[in-house]
Amino acid sequence: MIYVEFLGPIPKESVEIEAASLRELSDILSRDEDVKEWLSSSAVAVNDTLVSSLDTKLKSGDRVSLLPPVCGG
Amino acid sequence: MLELASTELDVPEILTRWYTLELQNNFGAYIPFVGIVREEGGISALSFDVYEPLLRSWFDTWQTRAKEKGAKIRMAHSKGDVRVHASSFIAAVFSPKRRVALEFIDEFVEDFKANAPIWKYDVLGNKRVYAKDRSTPIKGSGILGKSR
Repeated sequence: MIYVEFLGPIPKESVEIEAASLRELSDILSRDEDVKEWLSSSAVAVNDTLVSSLDTKLKSGDRVSLLPPVCGG
Repeated sequence: MLELASTELDVPEILTRWYTLELQNNFGAYIPFVGIVREEGGISALSFDVYEPLLRSWFDTWQTRAKEKGAKIRMAHSKGDVRVHASSFIAAVFSPKRRVALEFIDEFVEDFKANAPIWKYDVLGNKRVYAKDRSTPIKGSGILGKSR
């Protein structure tokens, strides 16, 4: 199981999901009504490191964070 | 040198403390930027969520870049509500000579606005409204939306 957290304004509590890659996670989240609209504008971090490839492998215990558009200051 | 506060920032205290702390390091320039919440659109405050682990790694990358030029960055940011006419963000660059600090403060603040993992909300009455129109996708965003 991987742990997925939705940061900032994304209206969803963290969940545990079975997924072996970000591509698989993308397929799962694209069917989630609360989340799907955020996917095309969110950055993704695995264990607090930003990643840029859907082919990123996931292993049990990994923590995936979705980071929607930001505005500090 | 990243400080997070759960209240609005005490600008005179922070600027004075940083000045005093860095005096011994022989920097010739201290260039601060102070962000102040403006009264606009009927808001009473802005509110901020911060994702601290990635904010710290983002900041550390900048600190390494600054160090390569003999400079140093300090930054403070608020979490939660910051009322109108108070400060939520202070950044400062210290460097041996002015040019490096002037250039760094510009680049640092611009990248901060574009990539630091902080989310802003307008406080309107009892509501906290995500400032979607003023927000920017972090570099590399959108990969999860590309699988189909």
